[in-house]
Amino acid sequence: MWPRLPPRAREEGSRAALIAAGSTIIVVGLILWIILTSEAWPAVQKQFFSWFHFKESFPDVLRGFWLDVKMFIVAEILILSFALVLAMIRSLRGPAFFPLRAIVVTYIDIIRGIPMLLLILLLGFGVPALQLQGVPTSRLFWGVAALVISYSAYTAEVYRAGIESVHESQRMSARSIGLTQVQALRFVIVPQAIRNVIPALLNGFVSLQKDVALVFVLGVREGLREADIYNARTFNYTSYVVAAVLFLLISVPVARFTDWYTERDRRRRQAMST
Amino acid sequence: MSSPKLEIKDVSKAFDEKVVLENVDLEVNLHDVVCLIGSSGSGKSTLLKCINLLVPIDGGDIVLDGQAITDAGVNPNQVRQRMGIVFQAFNLFPHMKVIDNITLGPRKVHGVGQEEAEETARTLLGQFGLLDKADEYPDRLSGGQQQRVAIVRALAHEPELMLLDEVTSALDPELIAEVLNVIRDLKASGMTMLIATHEMGFARDVADQVCFLDAGRILEQAPPDQLFSEPEQQRTRQFLQRIVEAGRL
Repeated sequence: MWPRLPPRAREEGSRAALIAAGSTIIVVGLILWIILTSEAWPAVQKQFFSWFHFKESFPDVLRGFWLDVKMFIVAEILILSFALVLAMIRSLRGPAFFPLRAIVVTYIDIIRGIPMLLLILLLGFGVPALQLQGVPTSRLFWGVAALVISYSAYTAEVYRAGIESVHESQRMSARSIGLTQVQALRFVIVPQAIRNVIPALLNGFVSLQKDVALVFVLGVREGLREADIYNARTFNYTSYVVAAVLFLLISVPVARFTDWYTERDRRRRQAMST
Repeated sequence: MSSPKLEIKDVSKAFDEKVVLENVDLEVNLHDVVCLIGSSGSGKSTLLKCINLLVPIDGGDIVLDGQAITDAGVNPNQVRQRMGIVFQAFNLFPHMKVIDNITLGPRKVHGVGQEEAEETARTLLGQFGLLDKADEYPDRLSGGQQQRVAIVRALAHEPELMLLDEVTSALDPELIAEVLNVIRDLKASGMTMLIATHEMGFARDVADQVCFLDAGRILEQAPPDQLFSEPEQQRTRQFLQRIVEAGRL
């Protein structure tokens, strides 16, 4: 557990907390006062923050949001695995692996160069329209596929940074005991690499968790789509606020966890190096 | 006399423009210990890495038991399984316990079962006074203990030849002896070894042959008594003189 702070540090700690709380109250209060006293506020409140519409739209948006959560979980698992394979291939050395490396580099370059929304539209509307035998025609399927394809390209680069952060001597000693390149990556390099990039991977979680809502352009009835439908019916925007609140309920804790983990990791490393 | 265990024939290596090894010739007989001495950057480490095929050579041949291991078509993984190499910076795998560091090679490369590999590893650890460290992570060990584990790891696949690359250079002085004693034990067991070292007293004590490397070439090779007492080359004398002045011999 945390070491107990000496009395003086504790005193300073509580003083700092007091100052932080005080200045927060002043700043937030000021912003609220400016907003709430503005002339347009009553109209805005009716349009965006209506308690009636909040309650009315909540069940539908929540149901849609549940699909967002499921898409997120499925996509994240696929991304983490697929991206790791890409990064490992890219890290193989020697002329024999050149074609494989070239394919992966091309893939990463092209996918990272296409706006994700465009990729979702292309796959979501394009592939089903081809009417190929045995190929799924579900827009939901292709929406998630587009997310996986796009995010994998970025995540592969995160993994690669991790792989390169492991010292060359580790690779050398792995090879010296007779491991093949792939074995050295799998048993020696990658486990250390992943540990080094967990904060960056968690960061990707936060980002994907809200990007799943982009598949609403395909007409998939997830949270944002439901909010959109409600708005179209009632001309009230509160349903969007409902969707925003739901997304925040997940992404803020993940962001806090990321910070907490990164800080803990930093402390550990410091402790180890002393 | 039978043919040597290891022959290095006219080996050259350059990194970009910088020549690191130049026409190196060297023979190591079975059960012999050959020490490589010379200042940092003279090519000792590179030579050892070339023998382990971790660094490809530009010219010449390296021959193990009559087979040229540097020929195209030779599987480097199979060659490496016949040698053990230990590095200056230990290079243990920090995310694995000591026992797993040692059994990784036997299990994944030689297909030895988990139990058998662990049994062998524990026997080896016992021989080197490290049995109680088997389930520790490397960062819990002293430098000397880590380096001894690294030696055990290299021994785990029963190498015919050990390559030691300045294995005491990263250690605190009081930890050097424990590692050197392990190497003495290895010599007593008949292990063929090629050792790059800055420990002149140790080289004099343990080596059958000592080679002085300078700027990528073997300038002089002789039994230790002769090389340390009556070096023939001017460069060797200068080098040894500086070592004596530094109080290392």
